[in-house]
Amino acid sequence: MREFRYERPTTVAEAIRAVSEDPEADFLAGGTTEVDLMKDGVFHPDLLVDITRLPLRGVRRNGTMLQVGALTTMEELAADRTLMERAPFVREALLLGASTQLRNMATIGGNLLQRTRCRYFRDPAVAACNKREPGSGCEAVNSVARMHAILGASRDCIALHASDLAVALVALDAVVHLQSEQEERSVPLTQFYLMPGDTPDRENVLRHGELITAIDIPLPPEGIRSTYLKVRDRASYEFALTSAAVALTMDGSVIMDARVAMGGVGTIPWRGFEAEEVLRDAPATPDTFRSAADGMIHDTFTVPGTAFKVELAKRTLIRALTEVTS
Amino acid sequence: MTTLIVNGMEHPLDLADPRVTLLDALRDRLGLTGTKKGCDQGACGACTVIADGRRILSCLTLAAQCDGREITTIEGLESHPMQDAFMRHDAFQCGYCTSGQIMSAVALLGEDRAGSDDDIREFMSGNLCRCGAYSNIVAAVREVARHA
Repeated sequence: MREFRYERPTTVAEAIRAVSEDPEADFLAGGTTEVDLMKDGVFHPDLLVDITRLPLRGVRRNGTMLQVGALTTMEELAADRTLMERAPFVREALLLGASTQLRNMATIGGNLLQRTRCRYFRDPAVAACNKREPGSGCEAVNSVARMHAILGASRDCIALHASDLAVALVALDAVVHLQSEQEERSVPLTQFYLMPGDTPDRENVLRHGELITAIDIPLPPEGIRSTYLKVRDRASYEFALTSAAVALTMDGSVIMDARVAMGGVGTIPWRGFEAEEVLRDAPATPDTFRSAADGMIHDTFTVPGTAFKVELAKRTLIRALTEVTS
Repeated sequence: MTTLIVNGMEHPLDLADPRVTLLDALRDRLGLTGTKKGCDQGACGACTVIADGRRILSCLTLAAQCDGREITTIEGLESHPMQDAFMRHDAFQCGYCTSGQIMSAVALLGEDRAGSDDDIREFMSGNLCRCGAYSNIVAAVREVARHA
């Protein structure tokens, strides 16, 4: 790990100023991705501004909105009673991620910013990584790949967005609140992440010195049927091969409204607008589910190691839909 | 000057170089080598300690972040029933992961998540045992949870 300076300001404004003034500075929250990447030599800030004690922690209900402070830990949000009752699939996504130790450290803001697990990105000895070194190429496309993206991917980058929580939150149209020296602004999570395109190094709309202060989760209507189904290589403590967040409003056997998003497949958490269109006002039948899956997974970019994900992702979504409607 | 409160004792610490992790501070500065360095990248759980009542990974926590926080390590457990149960059930082979397993299991009891074997397996999954003593670890945790 390279040398860096450490500061712990006592106000949000001071923390933002400290990072803004130094182009090589960054915020430090739970550190579960950041400290790891610093040890690996992938990330080397010259100043870490510890924000863990700033008053941006806690969950509050405001009407149909759950307002989550960015420094609330994953375990704290998972323990929230309103979330449990009204959006249980978000809780499932939280508890199926990482381990209890990591969930006690990792914050909700940090979770949304977690970096890809692409092993070529995380190994500076690998020369070709457009995300780490823009213009250097993509080793994953030419070497062994498996835990990689098939949607939003191209020859330039197939790095996967690994968050489970973000998948559930894009399905609910969560909103991220940002604060910088200049302004406060709100961005829908569905517009927060950037497709890699030819700039895989730019992953989201955050500017340098801009801090996530809160996340608003709109509560779905009461009585939804929902699940977060995660398919992985081992039963626990593993990233998703594929995952599906599904929340349906049903009237008898007819789907009135649907929220669908998938993980393990996209370079960003993948919202299924087309799948939702197929499901809306449709009968809950295997044919409907297969059509929804086809609407979800198309225009894929695969390499030999990821080709299996096309059918696996479809089956994951079909199984999730079958489970919540039966 | 940073102050770590470890097992009830205050330890002033000079962190002029803030790269020191909590794990390295415990082992190299305070001589508390019960906490183990396994992967050193947050994957194995061997370095698990309890900070302000919650289990965390000391390898991904900077010591500077723990200023004034109360840390409990395996040395701070005073013949906890979990330690006895691990010995009775032979819940280890090489023993390297054991202090992390025990710290995690003690925290698990406080979280009230040891209701079934499935829950124990799920909520202990952040602690790997490459010797594969899992079935005996589950038996030890189950026994203490039943009598808690």
